[in-house]
Amino acid sequence: MAKEIRVLVLRAAGSNCDVETGFAFQTVGAKAELVHINRLAEGSVRLDSYHILAIPGGFTYGDDVSAGKILANELKCKLGDQVQRFVDAGKLVLGICNGFQVLVKAGLLPSGHIRDGRQLVTLSFNDSGKFEDRWVYLRPDPASPCVFTRGLERIITLPVAHAEGKFVPASQEVMDSLQSGHQIVFRYVGPDGKPAGYPWNPNGSVGDVAGICDPTGRIFGLMPHPERHFDPTHHPRWTREGLRPEGDGVAIFRNAVQYARENL
Amino acid sequence: MIYRIEIGSRPGFRDSHAEGILHDIRELGVQSVEEVRFYPVYYLLAPELDVETVRRIAEELLADPVTQEYRIGSRFDAPAGPHWSVEIAYKPGVMDPVEESARKAIRDLGIQQVEGVKTSRRYVLRGVISPSEQDLIIDKVLANKVIERRLEPGDRVFFRKIDYQFRRIEIPLLNATDEELLRISREGQLFLNLAEMRTIRDYFRHLGRNPTDVELETLAQTWSEHCSHKTLKGRIEFNGQVIDNLLRNTVMRVTEELAKPWCLSVFRDNSGVIEFDEEYAVCFKVETHNHPSALEPYGGANTGIGGVIRDPLGTGLGAKPIANTDVFAFAPPDYPRHKLPPGVLHPKRIMRGVVAGVRDYGNRMGIPTVNGAILFDERYLGNPLVYAGNVGIMPKDKVHKEIVVGDYIVLVGGRTGRDGIHGATFSSGELTTESEEISSGAVQIGNPITEKKVVDTLLQARDRGLYRAITDCGAGGLSSAVGELAASTGAEVHLERVPLKYEGLSYTEIWISEAQERMVIFVPPEKLEEALALFASEDVEATVIGRLTGDRRLRLYYQGHQVADLDMEFLHKGLPQVVRKAEWQPRSYPEPDFPEPEDLTPYLHRLLSSWNIASKEWVIRQYDHEVQGGSVLKPLVGRSDDGPSDAAILRPRLDSHRGIILANGINPKYGDIDPYWMAASAIDEAVRQVIAVGGSRERLALLDNFCWGNPDKPDRLGSLVRAAQACYDVAKAYGTPFISGKDSLNNEFAVNGDSIAIPGTLLISAIAVMPDVRKAVSMDLKEAGNLLYVVGLTRPELGGSHYWSLFGFIGNSVPKVDVELAPRLFDALSAATSEGIVRACHDCSEGGLGVALAEMAFAGGLGAEVDLGRIPTAGAIGRNDWILFSESNTRFLVEVRPEDSLRFEARMRGLPHARIGQVTSGDRLRIVGLGGKTVVDENIDALKESWQKPFRW
Repeated sequence: MAKEIRVLVLRAAGSNCDVETGFAFQTVGAKAELVHINRLAEGSVRLDSYHILAIPGGFTYGDDVSAGKILANELKCKLGDQVQRFVDAGKLVLGICNGFQVLVKAGLLPSGHIRDGRQLVTLSFNDSGKFEDRWVYLRPDPASPCVFTRGLERIITLPVAHAEGKFVPASQEVMDSLQSGHQIVFRYVGPDGKPAGYPWNPNGSVGDVAGICDPTGRIFGLMPHPERHFDPTHHPRWTREGLRPEGDGVAIFRNAVQYARENL
Repeated sequence: MIYRIEIGSRPGFRDSHAEGILHDIRELGVQSVEEVRFYPVYYLLAPELDVETVRRIAEELLADPVTQEYRIGSRFDAPAGPHWSVEIAYKPGVMDPVEESARKAIRDLGIQQVEGVKTSRRYVLRGVISPSEQDLIIDKVLANKVIERRLEPGDRVFFRKIDYQFRRIEIPLLNATDEELLRISREGQLFLNLAEMRTIRDYFRHLGRNPTDVELETLAQTWSEHCSHKTLKGRIEFNGQVIDNLLRNTVMRVTEELAKPWCLSVFRDNSGVIEFDEEYAVCFKVETHNHPSALEPYGGANTGIGGVIRDPLGTGLGAKPIANTDVFAFAPPDYPRHKLPPGVLHPKRIMRGVVAGVRDYGNRMGIPTVNGAILFDERYLGNPLVYAGNVGIMPKDKVHKEIVVGDYIVLVGGRTGRDGIHGATFSSGELTTESEEISSGAVQIGNPITEKKVVDTLLQARDRGLYRAITDCGAGGLSSAVGELAASTGAEVHLERVPLKYEGLSYTEIWISEAQERMVIFVPPEKLEEALALFASEDVEATVIGRLTGDRRLRLYYQGHQVADLDMEFLHKGLPQVVRKAEWQPRSYPEPDFPEPEDLTPYLHRLLSSWNIASKEWVIRQYDHEVQGGSVLKPLVGRSDDGPSDAAILRPRLDSHRGIILANGINPKYGDIDPYWMAASAIDEAVRQVIAVGGSRERLALLDNFCWGNPDKPDRLGSLVRAAQACYDVAKAYGTPFISGKDSLNNEFAVNGDSIAIPGTLLISAIAVMPDVRKAVSMDLKEAGNLLYVVGLTRPELGGSHYWSLFGFIGNSVPKVDVELAPRLFDALSAATSEGIVRACHDCSEGGLGVALAEMAFAGGLGAEVDLGRIPTAGAIGRNDWILFSESNTRFLVEVRPEDSLRFEARMRGLPHARIGQVTSGDRLRIVGLGGKTVVDENIDALKESWQKPFRW
């Protein structure tokens, strides 16, 4: 029997994509549990006993102060040691939308270090000035170490739904280092696969960056929602283009579980 | 010590919020502002904090290290040259939604000494800005004076607590004359009429004592129009005929007579419940939040959606909210500013605020907003309509409540403040800084995260069987929640136990407060400990405030003093029946007499650009319509994801392809001619949208929401009666039961002494179960060479149509409904879609066939050619414009592959239908008229541009 891969989908006040994220992991063969952050903080649930930590989309703590900031602060202050041990053990971390904002603001992305990781990039307000829900095209970097996108070479399509998703690096050096390390996992492109402005880059992200990973490729965050292109009926044009075998987001969850099964 | 921390963008980083403000200022016509800078401000109340710790808070928490900088105790440098700086803060007493989370985050940093957090916003505007322009900018763009104020240097942001000294208040009713009774009702804002006041006086005479203030308030709330629907359930004399309980005789009678076994709980609970599958039920409720939204659009809409979400949550033992719907009615966004009556917000501002309010609450709750409509009419100027709906899902064995003596009454969720208490009295009273803390709680903004936590924990408690009954605290607060739910047993409540947002509330205020995000549950004694522990485990406040007694009395206490003792029987059954007069006279308008235009293309453009028909993409994209992962048919469809979908389809269960369809029908213009046919058309529209996307009448339920003017005026009430009668006739014929409804009366607005009523507006919402969502059909044209059919009969019905309104006519030939034909037609089309032989389908509504055809073409990025001469009509219609733009009901445009045409035609045999043309590979929409002459020939991108331009904001 295949080894059981355990996924902790982290919940906090205002998390709201936890159920469908858990469902995605379950469907590709993992055992997903939705766990409130208080359980980790009080020690009644141990992060060590899981292989994958997923921080789902939502508006944790209302995105007060700035998106994902208060949960990032809580992770750092209350769970920093646990999370760092988890990461250092070679386990996987996935942050989607609000989860990506949390990983970035906690310093885990792009450095892989939470405790003393300086925040090198941020996710700021969309240039459009408002929350927008729309489908985007993403070009993967086939040379990326990201374990979640292994084997992904073609352009995929996923929806975004956020107000604060504009990727901004602290400096050109940070951007250069991300590029040279192939840490830019996904870039927004137009339908023809070429760089394109708004609305294809839906938020004004510098370098069209939609998702990044840490140098090891085991920590991955992205603004688009792979769990929302899971069932073939999720696709916005399935009624005209027909139902595909599966949604473009499935591969990301399957890769994670497969990596965990082979390496952890 | 109060620390002030100001946050600003680092040089070179774009500030989209400031850009948006500049855009709004320019839109006001103010050209003197050259640049806007925006600085969020935090105030920390921390007597024992040193500045180094404050710096840590700013550095690690408040300012983004990449894009922002901060200043402690000082301001960012002003720009060179002339400029103006203004700071906007919430009024005292308005809950600052950031306070709770910011304090938590500071505690997480290990800093315990911060006692309070307040926020404000500072704007610096560069340019020579006159004082009158400054006032205009504050009033129209930067602040809403209902909840916000301009903060001047030296103004306080933190206020001292006000103590409350208990004093039992009695109202001298026993010996009151009629005149005094009316004065007591008026001055206490009880809205009770003389008959009701006399009934109450007589009850207390019988008891031999005066009522306390809280007893009188409880009766007033329970007997209010809002809670009791006394007009529509009362006695109405209509055109000489007596109707005893209009609702029971119309909408509720449909359901009773249809007796569908899948209707699990109707007109009983906080929402109507139907069976979804073997294991689950779905429930649906639509509410209105009109008056608060007129005053404070953001907060009004925000709390409106927050409130309706609590309806499914409070249904049965609690349903998980899975979808929001919203329908708004405003005055046109281009309404001239100089014509605005005093005290009325501009419709564009109301619309922006309402959309933002729905967006921020729905998105933060993680509930997709999937379906809606926006309509425009000048009569909504002072009284916009904001309908908000919510769908929930729950296990079928959780559909009913159980009320058991001895159970604890537990209040769960947000704290109680002065929200919604007698807002009108306070806003007209004299304000001082101290009294503002008391007064300005009347309008509140919601806190969706508090509500999300309540949902998360309540559903766990439900599944663990920790309570036996649940309801929401909505209008009427605890008074209506406990009063109604405990009606069969009786209850005692100890009001000092209710957790408060701030001190100083009287026992009456606690009892009637309409503070948001609160639910009441009844917990068995043996489960209490587990329940309280569960809520605490996710930081949700839950407090035992009383118990179910068994004596069928409502007894309230404050610090041991009894302040109310009412008989439940009298409270709920004592209301004397309301008797009202209603009349309706047919109206007659001038018939249009303009000649038929040769070229209809310009009129098609104008229809597509009309506010009602134009694309609402600007609104739709701001709502998360895909969260929860069940989206099947989105509100925007087609080749470029921007065509107008007829209805939304979603899968409530991720492990199943069974789905629900949500749609709505509304068209107040027809009501100007005859409210009966308006209601009939609204039902037809909601049902045909369900059919258009691939649904059927098999398991289709309706909701009614009446928004009308003052029912004391016989003409207003008469038109409502007409509409309700149509609800019975049409829904009965369609086999579609009503499962829930709501009425909002008194939607009038006084201008210069005249009272302007809104057009009587009936919203019909539809929910239908779809066995396999993979059979869904979208409205965009799919493939060149496919055939185009029209299904249904076109009549010269342009009364109230958009086309005639272009020429300034209303007319009289309102669209009617053929209740014998329509169900057969729906069923035939449902059968065709379920067989997979329909490639695209769009219902014809505002703008008729012409608009529907244009929308299908540009949504699909394909051309079309049709011949009006082939369209099945009732008798000969001699005019192309009548045929193209008639708004006859029960009509669809259908795209079928050539190879499926015989099967499709066989399905439609015996029903009015015709092949009218085909899909073409070009980019032109070409419509040939009766004499063979082309009446429309236009590029689809040009048509799309006309449709998209109005709301490209």
